[in-house]
Amino acid sequence: MCSRFRTASAVALAVLLLAGCERERREYHAAPTQAPGTQPRLSTLQPGADQATPASAIGRHYENNAYHVSQGSKWYRWFNCNGCHGNGGGAIGPALMDARWRYGGSIDEVHASIMDGRPNGMPSWRGKLTDQQAWQLSAYVRSLSGNVRKDAVPSRLDGMRSTPPLTQLPELDPEGDDPSAHTVPQP
Amino acid sequence: MSAPAAPVFPDDEARDQARKELAATWGERPGFIGWLATVDHKRIGRRYIVTAMVFFALAGALALVMRLQLMFPGGHVLGPDRYNQFFSMHGSAMMFLFAVPVMEAVAVFVIPLMLGTRNLAFPRLNAFSYWVYLFGGIMIFVAFAMDVGPEGGWFGYVPLTGPEFSPGKRTDFWAQMITFTEVAGLSVSVALVATILAMRAPGMTLRRIPLYAWSMLVTSLMVIFAMPAVMLASTFLISDRLVGTQFYNPAEGGDALLWQHLFWFFGHPEVYIIFLPALGMISSIVETFARRPIVAYPAMVLALVATGFLSFGLWVHHMFAAGLPPAGNGFYTAASMMIAIPSGVQVFCWIATLWTGTPRRVPGEPGRQRIAVPLLFVLGFFALFVLGGMTGVMVASVPLDLQVHDTYFVVAHFHYVLIGGAVFPLIGAFFFWFPKFTGRQLSERLGRWSFWLMFAGFNLTFFPMHRLGLMGMPRRVYTYPSGLGWELPNLVSTVGSWILAAGVLLFVLNVVRTLLVGKPAGDNPWGAPTLEWATSSPPPPWNFDEAPVVKSATPLWPPGRLLPVMTGLARHKREALVTSSTDAVPAVRWALPDPGIWPLWSALAITVLFVWSIFQAKGVAWGAIPVAIALTGWFWPKRSQPSLGGAKEK
Amino acid sequence: MSRLRGWSVAAVAAAGTCGCNRIQSALAPAGDQARDIGTIWELMLWICGSTYLLVLVALAFAMLRGHGDGHRVAGERTIERGLAGWVLLIAGLLTVLTAASFAVDRRLHATPENPLKIQVTAKQWWWQVDYLDPDPSRHLTTANELRLPRDRPAEIQLRSADVIHSLWIPALAGKEDLIPGRENRIVMTPRQTGDFRGQCAEFCGLQHAKMALDVQVLEPAAFAQWRNAQLAPATSPVSASARHGERVFVSAACALCHRIRGTSAGGVSGPELTHLASRRTLAAGTLKMDRGTLAAWLADPQAHKPGVDMPAVPMSARDREALVDYLMGLR
Repeated sequence: MCSRFRTASAVALAVLLLAGCERERREYHAAPTQAPGTQPRLSTLQPGADQATPASAIGRHYENNAYHVSQGSKWYRWFNCNGCHGNGGGAIGPALMDARWRYGGSIDEVHASIMDGRPNGMPSWRGKLTDQQAWQLSAYVRSLSGNVRKDAVPSRLDGMRSTPPLTQLPELDPEGDDPSAHTVPQP
Repeated sequence: MSAPAAPVFPDDEARDQARKELAATWGERPGFIGWLATVDHKRIGRRYIVTAMVFFALAGALALVMRLQLMFPGGHVLGPDRYNQFFSMHGSAMMFLFAVPVMEAVAVFVIPLMLGTRNLAFPRLNAFSYWVYLFGGIMIFVAFAMDVGPEGGWFGYVPLTGPEFSPGKRTDFWAQMITFTEVAGLSVSVALVATILAMRAPGMTLRRIPLYAWSMLVTSLMVIFAMPAVMLASTFLISDRLVGTQFYNPAEGGDALLWQHLFWFFGHPEVYIIFLPALGMISSIVETFARRPIVAYPAMVLALVATGFLSFGLWVHHMFAAGLPPAGNGFYTAASMMIAIPSGVQVFCWIATLWTGTPRRVPGEPGRQRIAVPLLFVLGFFALFVLGGMTGVMVASVPLDLQVHDTYFVVAHFHYVLIGGAVFPLIGAFFFWFPKFTGRQLSERLGRWSFWLMFAGFNLTFFPMHRLGLMGMPRRVYTYPSGLGWELPNLVSTVGSWILAAGVLLFVLNVVRTLLVGKPAGDNPWGAPTLEWATSSPPPPWNFDEAPVVKSATPLWPPGRLLPVMTGLARHKREALVTSSTDAVPAVRWALPDPGIWPLWSALAITVLFVWSIFQAKGVAWGAIPVAIALTGWFWPKRSQPSLGGAKEK
Repeated sequence: MSRLRGWSVAAVAAAGTCGCNRIQSALAPAGDQARDIGTIWELMLWICGSTYLLVLVALAFAMLRGHGDGHRVAGERTIERGLAGWVLLIAGLLTVLTAASFAVDRRLHATPENPLKIQVTAKQWWWQVDYLDPDPSRHLTTANELRLPRDRPAEIQLRSADVIHSLWIPALAGKEDLIPGRENRIVMTPRQTGDFRGQCAEFCGLQHAKMALDVQVLEPAAFAQWRNAQLAPATSPVSASARHGERVFVSAACALCHRIRGTSAGGVSGPELTHLASRRTLAAGTLKMDRGTLAAWLADPQAHKPGVDMPAVPMSARDREALVDYLMGLR
């Protein structure tokens, strides 16, 4: 093999190795959390209200990490999110698998909803869940609507089948919703 | 000390002319392209061996680091995640990337020579197999370096390796690596079976096939039956992880034990696939150095075949703790004990061969008495493998296994049978066949030093593990508490691992030094009886000037006798003789392919398909297109046809 | 060959000269099942050991005395008769070993009389231990420790909540896997009182190495006393600090995963903590149970057992002190 080819491939390999793989990193200690305080949008009668807000760096970090999404799936069952949201299809709480987000569908807004609580029954989990757990849960919730990269998402959980394979879901970009339009969550 | 062929050429000039024609026909394309496009089994075999030994060194280095971590309780060399990746890579690389491929690699080089034919059957398939193996091995090591290495052990039990408990793509890379290595292994096995059954030298009846060739025949048939099981298992796993099927999900009708059955149905024959070729190598070495054919040849062959058959009926002994019905477990105890009988037969026959032979006489040096290095490694095999076999009988018993399963006792057992039973004979075989591979002879002195360092280091490393297991230390633990008496055996084991590594390093240095400045070897430096020693060292690309004919199981003995040959094979095109399966009566002159680049393209296309399908299901469909194109190019009909002319014996 | 023997003697001696703590050793059986298995071990050691030495001696003879004429084929009949004899010998010895193995296996699986019924559920990476009782109010749930009465067989039902684990208490019995979707069972009959240690023996993920089980075999009376004490709800905190600690426990994240009977904390995802301070270890054998380690564990579980599901709950140092006071009072 000619030496130039060998040098070039060695350099390329080194670059790949040093870049590492964000998706696969296992972080057991919480990442530093300077979560931006987001204000929930209470009305769609604002310019630009129908746009989904972009995620913060922290949110993107959690959203793109397979370990965090997997942990989120565990918290979803352990802390009984099913009690109101079903397995994502919704029950007395709104569905999490669709494109409608009353208080915003980006990961930061979902995180804020979990921590702050929301009107009509969403409890506030601040002080009960750690910040990292809430981020992990938000990442999992995002995956239910196909909004997490498919190589970071578990296809199914062990146990009775509760969602379609998450690796096969189409991406449902969050759309805004006027809360006054629906009094009962759509199935 | 070669056996000169019967004088078919009227004079030297005619012989040189014949060789020139053969060189023109069997020559390789020059340069890098020629290197990529070769279908010469010797070149492919050599690079296969080198690649396998590189993986051996890498996997061994992983083990050295693991032993550093376990040297003291509460070690901080590796964290739990990295340690789990290390032991998973160590096991996977050793089993999938070293042990089976290296055995196949030696066979790829030696078998056509030993059978007196010009090339392996299906030479392009052989080349393809190497590239697929190489790309699969590179893929998993790159993944490992990028923190995406497997973390579920080499055996990957579900549900731990399922989609819920192994997030990300780590396990997917591992499962796909299995697919790569199985494709490679199956390809070589198919070629070996065809060669051994259909391309032997005329006159090499079943009764005259060398025991090494028998061992490779049985091994290759075992590969063909066993590897599909693990391909199925890993494909089910990939499917569960990628598209959410429920094969291993008990809540939806799947079963966690399904994985274990499928995996171990392959996994148990796998260890015999690694072990049987070593048995064949030992027969070659013992025969040569005892200066007599192996005692009770039919019993030896039957022992090989019996081991091959029986090994398919043992797999549940890996699952004795899984809660299967006791009556069923008892059957597998009996079967696992029974397989000791053929091995015992072989050990008896080898010892009897040595007893009635002259093992300490050195060929060509009448006064001196010493044990040649290949035989030294075989003696090491006896000491180590038989001990491993004894602990194997112990773990075959259900009650005892319920205590030692998944402990360091089992780690000790399988290292004794794998290193003692396969690696020691392999190194001995390297010393034995090195002159044939390269034309030079390895240093005896360095060889003896390597042997004793490896032998001592190996025992220091693994013997204490028997006691560790009985004292309660489980496997696959990244650390252990102090106060249970495990500190000293672990420390001794780690120090032993350095000595073992020194022995291996010395062997590598021996090889490198010999390749640079080693003394050239003649055709048959050991005075061995089989056909590979009837040609030059290293052999020319066409192996033999004329097809040798055999009249006994030891065709080159007694030394000095002329070796009959069969003339008539064409020299202007690539051809080999195909003979009948049982009596090796010549049947057709079979056309062999010229070198070509299509096997490499096909391997690249398959790599793209496999790696793409780790990430996306549609990779299976779209990735099949380049594969189809490459295979079409490969199989496009050429002008040369197999010729049906007869051949004459002289 | 003699060199190997020398090495193995040295290795065994080296391995044996440890101030051996034999609480997790299969070579120090303290129960019926472990003793039965011990008899198989000894039988194997004798038979396999002698056969091994026989092979080595034969090999040594062959190498030292090999003087055949190389290509002579005389003596084949003797060799064949020797081979037949050898095969019969091995087959006979293997038959003996197989029969002994069957016999002991039957004993291990014999139905026990009046067993103590226990259910162990393995989770990543701790053990939930339930003492079953026909009276539901006497059902006891605890974690990471197993206390057994001497001389009474304990029939343990084995389940897993996530991946495959394996329960192994070498001093008492062999191991059995805990497989999701299956219920396995194992019987242990301890015959000596004392402390023992079990460990998970099937690779179950990141902290497989730190999934131990604290086992104590007690006199039957002591066992009954312990069980009744465990059934009682948690002791009410006495000091002001401990009362504050109870409030912290119930109102912060702790109650989401842990249960303390007698308080409103009712989480079942994590280990039950009603009588936490009566246990001798923390985090499935990872740490000893005392104030200092408990405080360190609460401050940062990930530092001691990275990957475990318990998070580091942010709280002030005062709150943590109070929590430790409360928890150390839960005897």
